[in-house]
Amino acid sequence: MADLRTNFLGIKSPNPFWLASAPPTDKKYNVERAYRAGWGGVVWKTLGEDPAVVNVNGPRYGAIHAGDRRLAGLNNIELITDRPLELNLREITEVKKAWPDRALVVSLMVPCEEQNWNSIIARVEETGADGIELNFGCPHGMSERGMGSSVGQVPEYIEMVARWCKAATRMPVIVKLTPNITDIRYPARAAKRGGADAVSLINTINSIVAVDLDSFAPVPTIDGKGSHGGYCGPAVKPIALNMVAEIARDPETFGLPISGIGGIETWRDAAEYIALGCGTVQVCTAVMTYGFKIVEEMIDGLKQYMDGHGFSTIEDFRGLAVKNLSDWKYLNLNYIAKAKIDQDLCIKCGRCHIACEDTSHQAITHMVDGIRHFEVKDEECVGCNLCVNVCPVDGCITMEAMTPGSVDPRTGKVVPAQYANWTTHPNNPSAVAAE
Amino acid sequence: MPDISAGRLDAADYGKNFSDVHPPLGAHEAVVESDRCYFCFDAPCTNACPTSIDIPMFIRKIGTGNVVGAAETIFSSNILGGMCARVCPTETLCEEACVRNLAEDKPVRIGLLQRYATDHYLDRHAAYGVRAPATGRKVAVVGAGPAGLACAHELALKGHEVTIFEARGKAGGLNEFGIAAYKATDDFAQREVDFILGVGGITVEAGKALGRDITLAGLKADFDAVFLGLGLQAVNALGVEGEETAGVVDAVRWIENLRQSPDKSEIEVGARVVVIGGGMTAVDAAIQAKKLGADDVTIAYRRGAAEMGASPYEQELAQVNGVRILHWVAPKAVVSEGNAVAAVDFERTALNEAGRLVGTGRMVRLAADQVMKAIGQTFVAGPIEDGETVALESGRIAVDEDMRTSLAGVWAGGDCVRGGEDLTVQAVDHGKRAALSIHATLSA
Repeated sequence: MADLRTNFLGIKSPNPFWLASAPPTDKKYNVERAYRAGWGGVVWKTLGEDPAVVNVNGPRYGAIHAGDRRLAGLNNIELITDRPLELNLREITEVKKAWPDRALVVSLMVPCEEQNWNSIIARVEETGADGIELNFGCPHGMSERGMGSSVGQVPEYIEMVARWCKAATRMPVIVKLTPNITDIRYPARAAKRGGADAVSLINTINSIVAVDLDSFAPVPTIDGKGSHGGYCGPAVKPIALNMVAEIARDPETFGLPISGIGGIETWRDAAEYIALGCGTVQVCTAVMTYGFKIVEEMIDGLKQYMDGHGFSTIEDFRGLAVKNLSDWKYLNLNYIAKAKIDQDLCIKCGRCHIACEDTSHQAITHMVDGIRHFEVKDEECVGCNLCVNVCPVDGCITMEAMTPGSVDPRTGKVVPAQYANWTTHPNNPSAVAAE
Repeated sequence: MPDISAGRLDAADYGKNFSDVHPPLGAHEAVVESDRCYFCFDAPCTNACPTSIDIPMFIRKIGTGNVVGAAETIFSSNILGGMCARVCPTETLCEEACVRNLAEDKPVRIGLLQRYATDHYLDRHAAYGVRAPATGRKVAVVGAGPAGLACAHELALKGHEVTIFEARGKAGGLNEFGIAAYKATDDFAQREVDFILGVGGITVEAGKALGRDITLAGLKADFDAVFLGLGLQAVNALGVEGEETAGVVDAVRWIENLRQSPDKSEIEVGARVVVIGGGMTAVDAAIQAKKLGADDVTIAYRRGAAEMGASPYEQELAQVNGVRILHWVAPKAVVSEGNAVAAVDFERTALNEAGRLVGTGRMVRLAADQVMKAIGQTFVAGPIEDGETVALESGRIAVDEDMRTSLAGVWAGGDCVRGGEDLTVQAVDHGKRAALSIHATLSA
């Protein structure tokens, strides 16, 4: 059976599944329950300076739901821990002592002065924690006080604080990045320049999750008003994967260890982050939805997947997708695919037809010889994949690559065997003549 | 002595037995179920609905919290959408067509969603629709059953003045007098009648029978158009010895008594009941006999399960309720003791080589305290044979696609016309189509 043990910056954990710094890791009680359930590590909910912050006393969360009220995205306006620093440090010490084989990283957020960082790091050192994560991500509340994402949005600050922290501790330093920025590579590069051992991303995304149409206030609503919160959950995964990928393939940050965060609910989500180079993954919304037990499925599913592919350790497949990340301009324009509908699996809902008919290329029938029948017209199909995405039956519609040498009925041209991309395409005004 | 009596159950059991056979969906259930709809293109469910309700659209509206809009989508196609949600054999119509059957053998529960939306609407609105400006035209509708009511409502919306003549004491037709009590609880048939009439412009003249109190010629003279929604008036006879014996009842009349009785404990039912027939009436009678406390109820049908007029789902409902269904038996004689029924003699039947139903000579006797005849109803043409003759076909009124009869100015629909399938939803479609044709004619 596959070995899930992970060594991330020297921090060992029995599996790559960590809990992200968030409400589930705010205190000993929760963290020990998580460890008992099988979580490989936790990033303790962000510590700040005393006196502790206070939270709103009304709703902190809002959500959007998919079918069957499945929680698709969660938004929060909770701040960093609102418990006294001393209490958190004591519990961290106790937990680390009781659970030496689990990763325990402590998230930190203090004002942007070297003395403040030095002071809190010194206290965390005493707990025996495995590492620290600098919270430069929270987009709400703390950012109004010059912390969280207001630091993460300025690469120079990231570099500066990372450098202070590295100088102040023996512990590995992870910089947690905010996605609320135009180009994620800049803060990642800054973290690396500052000496950070790794980055973790993404923190939550600026969001208003809903507007109450009776009170005309944002959700969650506190006494008739609302402020933006941080968005997370399954809906943000594609955004997070892209940001991870950008860092993984950027020449300046290539090889920088990454802890992936954002919408991870299943082993498959985790495996995708690992394939993009992440050494560990961090989970929050999924456990806030289903409880800690889901890690059993994640551990088992990942092992089964790895066994099926002959990967004996995480390192065997970590980063395998990075080399396939490309710019659009290098995609092979001679690769031609056509949708194909498996008539045995088709339930005849017609969604592929109407999607194609109304919004795409009129390439799917709905009636053949007076009978309800959905079939791809190869002479119209551009291979866009929309039908695959709207089909309710997994695997019913597939994209089939055309064999080089055959004739594409849409263009009447032979499918070339050689690779050709936009950079050399005759329609490209800046095309470079092929050598 | 045959054991026929009322009040077989404890008082509390009547309420329980005659409550909703399919309890309505709650708000949460409705939203969960609405999520299952794929919003199909050219939706098979809509195509399977005789009234072409835009089912994916109303379900989508339920899913977005627009339940009133969902009901309006339903009523715009079928003003009796509330009753249809209760009585339609959805398993052979919309739900049979649902693509979820192909996906996982489990259709979206369209009927219950329709009921959810229409109940929501009826709880909040006295009527549906806004009438067009008055046209000054008058239309007579004969029969206040589903066809007549649907026709009248559509005509009223178009601005015409409608008078419905109903032979019975109140409107509703089979919805009020025919279908099983547990399918239309809480006096729903009358609530729906009130809802339909609420649009205005419709007058009901109850107790006015065609051929007795009014004539077709008279209606033609007094109105700009006439719609006949007469239904079926006569019950087929068994044609066997002993049919007149005490304890042999007509299932249609027995159900009617049951429906009209506010106290179900007053309805007499045998300890051993034999229901002869294979259609919906047979099933409705048998199940209700069981629900009234009969010990043994048997439906005896001369052919097999596949040939029964009652859908497989209805057959199963009967069986779940403890009714036995005996196939391939034809009644030969009602056996009496004293002056009352004691048993029914059946001959086993079979198909011969030519595929015809024949007796096998083997007999079977079913002991019975009560026998219910449910072998179909017939159209009685007498009332419309009134000087001018409305052409019949296969014993019912012949109509064209627009529900026009052979007589100019006279339309017909529902069970009284050729091709009628004894379905509320089909009667509604007939009535509505006739109304649109009448409107087009009057507007020409």
